[in-house]
Amino acid sequence: MPETLVFYLLSGLAIVTSGLVIGQRNPMYSVLLLVASFGALAGLYIQLDAPFVAVAQIIIYAGAVMVLFLFVVMLLNAPQEDAAEWDRTHPLRQPAFARFSALLALLLVVQLVWALLTAAGTDAPVAARAGSETVSSVRALGRTLFTDYVFAFEATSILILVAMVGAVVLARREGDQA
Amino acid sequence: MDLRLLVQLGIIGLTFFMLINASALLVYAERKVMGFMQQRYGPYLVGPHGLLQPLADILKLLMKEELRPKGADRWLFTLAPILSVTAAFAAFSTVPWGAETTLFGLLDEPVKLGAADVNVGVLVVFAITSMGVYGIVLAGWSSNSKYSLLGGLRSAAQMISYELSYATAIAAVILLAGSMSIREIVDGQAGSWFSIVPRWYVFLQPLGFIIYMIAGVAETNRAPFDFPEAEQELVAGYNTEYSSVRFALFPQAEYINMTTMAAVATGLYLGGWHGPFLPVEYGWIWFLLKVSAILFLYIWVRWTVPRYRYDQLMQFGWKWLFPAAVVNLILTAAAVLYLNA
Repeated sequence: MPETLVFYLLSGLAIVTSGLVIGQRNPMYSVLLLVASFGALAGLYIQLDAPFVAVAQIIIYAGAVMVLFLFVVMLLNAPQEDAAEWDRTHPLRQPAFARFSALLALLLVVQLVWALLTAAGTDAPVAARAGSETVSSVRALGRTLFTDYVFAFEATSILILVAMVGAVVLARREGDQA
Repeated sequence: MDLRLLVQLGIIGLTFFMLINASALLVYAERKVMGFMQQRYGPYLVGPHGLLQPLADILKLLMKEELRPKGADRWLFTLAPILSVTAAFAAFSTVPWGAETTLFGLLDEPVKLGAADVNVGVLVVFAITSMGVYGIVLAGWSSNSKYSLLGGLRSAAQMISYELSYATAIAAVILLAGSMSIREIVDGQAGSWFSIVPRWYVFLQPLGFIIYMIAGVAETNRAPFDFPEAEQELVAGYNTEYSSVRFALFPQAEYINMTTMAAVATGLYLGGWHGPFLPVEYGWIWFLLKVSAILFLYIWVRWTVPRYRYDQLMQFGWKWLFPAAVVNLILTAAAVLYLNA
């Protein structure tokens, strides 16, 4: 029973904070609410018997990626968005874009519901499900990652490398030495 | 109520209590050691040899007026110091500080000394310490002052840069021990080679230990890497606009972070509670001694080495420390693979 309570608490927190991220006028608050949302997700991973995934979530997303976001927001010192101005001029406020986004959102909801309905054995406790030891043990997780999913893993790392090189090339000014 | 549960709660409470006292004692130690290094006595008047000086300091800070700049962000200005100190306390939660004990036969089964034992303990410490940067960055931004903002920005850049070397140095130890639980890593260092040299990982990882210590100093924003609060350039850096209790929380978080850093170094490199002469039940005495030695080293370095320049800090971090950490990790991985094959 307490576990169910904690689950509802964490998932409620994740949903509320994610909703508030979009609603903020101040980008600083958005970043912080997103961090809170990631923290709640990490809690859910712990409940799913996956401590490594939870810690990785905090280190990578809450600890590294969001600090960079914060850094950018602080450096730009972005002024608060002018709501009325945005309503009129922003390209994403055109009705065609709004309809397309609504369609995408609907597709996502349908997909999620479909996935939840067809997933087998979700009523069994986490530890009893097939493949649960792959998630809870770091050793097994590493083995799976570097055998079964090695292609996806390497492809992702090359993708990140390309992005990194691209960023360096773009940031380098013309005529810069070294 | 269950006796065992009660004892475990007591241990958690004791850990918390020791951390609070560690921060007060460190303030005293810092001023005293600094005094001796500058050929004077340091605090001497409050209590015997000035021992009650931290209490006087805290009282003084509590009595001060709490100020908030007019343009400051109301919520974040209050949240920032709370975040800092919470992250500092929470990071210690998976650090064990002693072997198992039955409390002189009071319990049937021994309990472990330390707040929690998690199988990814090292990573938890690392994850929560990296959350501590939010406190400093938010303090810098919410104060609406250029000195504070610069201090916060510097701190964010510095911590992200040195976290890499820090994590890579730790990864080499994890490879050696084959575990991410600090308790298992410590127990892997029991005994000695040729019954003279203790089996501590510092002898297998001398380079890793040095990298860990340097990155640890940078992570806790201590001199010679205390750029977020460089007083000659930034008045007081990210905490310029703070006063009273809100201000007091920042140095407290810094001292607790130092303690965590020293405790993890003790567990990972110096054999934790294992040492000669004492039975392992009294190993926590060794643990405290080793942590104190590392903390003394921290203070010693602060009052000996002058501050770097900011660009030197970044150059050193990315061009020397990080490559050295990577080489160390690759060599360790190769050695472990060769010896286990």
